[in-house]
Amino acid sequence: MSLTTILFILLSLMSVGGALMMLTTKNPVMSVIWLIVVFFSISGHYVMLNAQFLAVVNIIVYAGAIMVLFLFVIMLMNLNSDTEPMRNYKMQMIGVVSGGCLLLIILSALKQLKAAPVQIAVGDQGLIHTLGKTLFTNYVVPFEVASVLFLSAMVGAILIGKKDEENAV
Amino acid sequence: MDIQAYIILSLILFTIGVTGVLIRRNAIIVFMCIELMLNSVNLLLVAFSKMHAASAAVKASPTYASDAQVFVFFIMVVAAAEVTVGLSIIVLLFRNTRSVDINFLNRLKY
Repeated sequence: MSLTTILFILLSLMSVGGALMMLTTKNPVMSVIWLIVVFFSISGHYVMLNAQFLAVVNIIVYAGAIMVLFLFVIMLMNLNSDTEPMRNYKMQMIGVVSGGCLLLIILSALKQLKAAPVQIAVGDQGLIHTLGKTLFTNYVVPFEVASVLFLSAMVGAILIGKKDEENAV
Repeated sequence: MDIQAYIILSLILFTIGVTGVLIRRNAIIVFMCIELMLNSVNLLLVAFSKMHAASAAVKASPTYASDAQVFVFFIMVVAAAEVTVGLSIIVLLFRNTRSVDINFLNRLKY
């Protein structure tokens, strides 16, 4: 076994285990922490796939910003394992069985696939230099649209979040 | 590494996300499971772009290979925007019902 295989298996175990723990733990704060573990392991996969910029962005945006937002909201609502609403056992079993069926069906559909190697640790397509060139030549318009999307999301969040003062009086 | 390994890993993560949406009732956890699904798809996109990195079309144009990574970047952008609006909706739900149970969302109006 080469070093990359060992790293891949370790990172995969980390991500799958973290995802399962996120699903099964009852405390929402612990769920967020386990999801951060998953995001870190996915960032490790990105580094192995020569997507260094994405790895850093994944940590900053997902583990840094989005998950902190989730944590803020959870702590603001003072949620813990006592207030956690749980589905009954039968519904949980139905959910797990249907999820497993989805996994099995897609796996069996992928059985005819030819094995193709993923070139690890060659190429420079993940560097900021290359990615920036692509982003600002071929994808300038989507980039600008994304900024408008962010602005509208921000305005929408403020509008939804603020108290309804006209109706309150 | 074979592409199969990445496909199976992304598939497992995606299925865990789907199962989480089905079995949890906390709206925030359901939201986090959606983030997990988005991330598994991102990982698969990067893996496929890496698989095709040595093909002739990529060699012809140097920026061709990083297209998928730009796509992943945009998915992250959209996910961030989605999270802000979605979480504010959940906060609004909590303010009205004092709970984050998604079963309260089946009426949408109070």
